[in-house]
Amino acid sequence: MEILEKKVEQLNGLKEDLGSASLLNVNALESEAIYILREVAAQFEKPVLLFSGGKDSITLVRLAQKAFYPAKIPFPLLHIDTGHNFPETIEFRDRLVEELGVELIVRNVQDSIDQGKVVEEKGKYASRNSLQTTTLLDALEEFKFDAAIGGARRDEEKARAKERIFSVRDDFGQWDEKNQRPELFDHLNGKIDLGQNVRVFPISNWTELDVWSYIQKEEIEIPSIYFAHKRKTFIRDGMIWSAEDDVVFREEDEIVEERMVRFRTVGDMSCTAAVLSEAVSIDKVVAEIRESKISERGARIDDKRSEAAMEKRKQQGYF
Amino acid sequence: MEVLKIATAGSVDDGKSTLIGRILYDTKSLTTDKLEAIEAKSKANGFDYLDFSLATDGLVAEREQGITIDVAHIYFSTKKKSYIIADTPGHIEYTRNMVTGASTSQASIILVDARKGVVEQTYRHFFINNLLRVKDVIVAINKMDLVDYAEETYEAVKADFQKLIDKSEYKDQNITFIPVSALQGDNVVEKSESTPWYEGQTLLEHLEKLNAQDVYEKAQVRFPVQTVIRPKTEEFHDFRGYAGKLYGGDISVGDEVTVLPSLTSSKIKEIYFFDKKFDTAGRGSSCTITLEDDINISRGDMIVKSEEQPKVEKQLTATVCWMDSKALNPGSNYFVQSGSNRILAKVKNISGTIATDFSGEDTSKNTLTLNEIGKVQIQLSKPLAFDSYSKNKASGSFILIDSQTNNTSGVGFIE
Repeated sequence: MEILEKKVEQLNGLKEDLGSASLLNVNALESEAIYILREVAAQFEKPVLLFSGGKDSITLVRLAQKAFYPAKIPFPLLHIDTGHNFPETIEFRDRLVEELGVELIVRNVQDSIDQGKVVEEKGKYASRNSLQTTTLLDALEEFKFDAAIGGARRDEEKARAKERIFSVRDDFGQWDEKNQRPELFDHLNGKIDLGQNVRVFPISNWTELDVWSYIQKEEIEIPSIYFAHKRKTFIRDGMIWSAEDDVVFREEDEIVEERMVRFRTVGDMSCTAAVLSEAVSIDKVVAEIRESKISERGARIDDKRSEAAMEKRKQQGYF
Repeated sequence: MEVLKIATAGSVDDGKSTLIGRILYDTKSLTTDKLEAIEAKSKANGFDYLDFSLATDGLVAEREQGITIDVAHIYFSTKKKSYIIADTPGHIEYTRNMVTGASTSQASIILVDARKGVVEQTYRHFFINNLLRVKDVIVAINKMDLVDYAEETYEAVKADFQKLIDKSEYKDQNITFIPVSALQGDNVVEKSESTPWYEGQTLLEHLEKLNAQDVYEKAQVRFPVQTVIRPKTEEFHDFRGYAGKLYGGDISVGDEVTVLPSLTSSKIKEIYFFDKKFDTAGRGSSCTITLEDDINISRGDMIVKSEEQPKVEKQLTATVCWMDSKALNPGSNYFVQSGSNRILAKVKNISGTIATDFSGEDTSKNTLTLNEIGKVQIQLSKPLAFDSYSKNKASGSFILIDSQTNNTSGVGFIE
């Protein structure tokens, strides 16, 4: 009897498979993101996609490809390079841009430092993460971009949970969190004054697991540092830091050891810690995330500076 | 995976944050670092229990004042579904936030304190769920632990709420009552042993069993064109694709369609999603279609099935919820935006305000101030294709944009 029921189940499954060949199955999150990307292209004069080489912005690029196919992505990519990026990410970025045939603009935090606009942080927790904001705002002004598309998600952090899909910033790039435009249904209001710009977050409603599952399903290529690999590392404050380069300052008593690790989020080398992992493939990564009891930004030092670290940076124009 | 959006409204006193925290905790959605942060903060604040509101109130001002100001989005998932909770404050001065949260939700949770019963806030939450026609409403009668899990108390609250249901205009709503204690976890995720008289589902069981057919109303197909895709490459030299999101129902290749407002007709030739072609696209899909005939279509136009046409007019009457500190006055100009269509419009008349406690209309007023709801007649500078909100939520609603400040000043539900 049990066998018979199983057979019926299998047959039903088969029927569904046949049916889906001609019926477009809707992935609500994907459809929402594509809708948003098309609204950006239509409502703004000069949008740009902020590309960090991380999994979220890679996902955004795939969604943009889908939104405008068979036309090319109708906006350039902008990378704010802190100079402390993982080399794997930069290699990956250049390859992707070439494949897609889209324009890539790179602006360097180092230039902002050389121009005396920002001052490098000091001490063992020094990071260029917050310095990015100045370089980003300068780049938006230089190219007169009126919309900057980013891969931030509301589930990442509690201040981001309050963020709009179309988030209006003033001339100084500031986020006025107490005075945000209401967003209703699918009616996105992109009307702004000259000098203002909008940050757009098409994958606002995705969770970390949604992104990983999408990468798995779509077979999207991502930089190798997202998979488990052997790396020289040291431990500080209970977190694992890369010791393969001299970006992260290391005390003499912090011992370097080779560990099997991967990165869950790819920010700057100076503010992104690794996690111990054996997940060498996308399937294993998804399985690991499913079981994980630590949040993604748990490995981000920049959020740990204070209870409201993200809210403060966002008010100043951080993305 | 299926995504279900749920709206919640209420104040800290209702135990709303505790309820959400309880759902997150019991579905093991709180990661250890977040949980540790909540534990540490609860202890520092001198509580001997976990203050789950810390998981949801994201802004500094909110944590300082212990209230929820804005809409917060909270995510959790089970093996069956992904859930998004749009959590909003419940006081009258946050009516606009409640409307915002409910606008994208298919289900809603209304919290009632078992000790206090149906109060003014309950009226307002239910009214908004009614106005926005949220299909599935769960009335969670909370703090049952404080009334000794008494069935009589639960039944009394239920009877009071029934009086509200009798007054409501939207009757096609599934309303479910559940006795819960968010603090103790009764009937939230796990079935309670303290309420043997309650034979219904727990809150999560109810949400898990809701399926798409239950929460979406079947409507006519509406395909507002967002952008025209013309690649001008060698391979796709003559390609003219109309990109948009499909509302109401499905479309298939061969369907006879009419383009609005021009009223030209054609047939669907191809349905693209990325680099694949499909015979049929389902409701909710963001696809690109091509037509048999070469007709002039641009952003803001709407493609519909020829036998299912909406109204195309330059005047409309709508129930408007006002969201701007600058009041709405007759004679003022605003942009009406519905989906991809934005048209300059003039407010002709405001025929009164509607109370959110079901007490009816006050026709003596002809302005709308922040958080007020009223009937408004609007004159459009160009014809708009629209439906009654009761027929189609997407093409039956719009936002009003202030032409000077660019703010989203209000939302309208077309009659």
